[in-house]
Amino acid sequence: MFFDPANYKHPSFKEGMRDISSVAPGIWAWGLMTGVAMVQSGLSVEVATAMTLLVYAGSSQLAVTPMLVAGAPFGVVLATAFCVNLRFVVLSMHLRHYLMHWPRWQRLCLGYITADMSYVMFTRRFPQPASDPAGQRAEMAYLSGNSFLNWIGWQIASLVGVFTASQIPIHWGLGFAGVLALVGVMCSLSDSRLRRVSAGVSGAAAVAAFALPLKLNIVVAIAVAVAVCLLLERSRWAGEER
Amino acid sequence: MSDFGVFVLVAGLGVVTLVTRSFFFMFNKELPFPTWADRGLRYAPIAALSAVIIPEIVMRHGVLITDWRDARIFAAAAGAAFYFWRRGQGQAVLGTIVVGMAVYLPLHMGLGW
Repeated sequence: MFFDPANYKHPSFKEGMRDISSVAPGIWAWGLMTGVAMVQSGLSVEVATAMTLLVYAGSSQLAVTPMLVAGAPFGVVLATAFCVNLRFVVLSMHLRHYLMHWPRWQRLCLGYITADMSYVMFTRRFPQPASDPAGQRAEMAYLSGNSFLNWIGWQIASLVGVFTASQIPIHWGLGFAGVLALVGVMCSLSDSRLRRVSAGVSGAAAVAAFALPLKLNIVVAIAVAVAVCLLLERSRWAGEER
Repeated sequence: MSDFGVFVLVAGLGVVTLVTRSFFFMFNKELPFPTWADRGLRYAPIAALSAVIIPEIVMRHGVLITDWRDARIFAAAAGAAFYFWRRGQGQAVLGTIVVGMAVYLPLHMGLGW
């Protein structure tokens, strides 16, 4: 965790912070617009602030905002958030290989603040989980630094958005900077033929399955893309995969 | 809904974030893990990103756009082009955001695309 000196004094902590800072404008713009959108959709400043500080998941915050405003039943709201967050369940399956040797409370703290972008940068930096203590510490320090800066930047930007919501029109489209940040990260991941196939299949499947409720199209798209790549792995066309 | 009730619900949403992000490592028990699943995870990160962003670029109000005059397509293409031109050099991702927004904002706010 970021408050452990063994992590924040480790050089990998800074490396993680440096990597995430390359997408900082995207995170800020996206956080800002999430804050603005919650308040403009009818949440009070108090509830929007609590959402920002406690929920820390932009897509599920935006998905449940209209339900909170309409007073939907608890269970329905929680189930919606769970489904919108299902992609994190898939990602946690991967992170498990890197984290299981750490104490549970550290895993939970780190898991809570590790969003998409940090996960992607982390698995790009460490394609294989380390098996020695020094390597595992470097992984822990990197992910802590990366996630921590992402968390702080998002929180500040979102709170600014919540408190200045009336000044910033949604139609400017500043939130698109968040999508562009993800475009950049996606380009940096497209380093093999099968990964490019994965991106193409997943994007097409997410559009084709868009009508599914609760953003389940994202989960379906990941499953289809991974399945297609596993089938293609056996063909010579795929080339060498690292 | 009462004020207090809303805050309890928001705290519950925080628990949902914790549970989904930690789902497969919140228990200490070992899980059996087939090797094909292990291999498949190599393709999951980019698939997750693509599934999130492609609909944000090529759809509007839940349908595929049919009009090419859409600022998002040009901005994403310009951003990606910049990335591949500058890749390997520092801050290529930052450049993707800056170049993309430099294309997006004039088209979106100036021409209304």
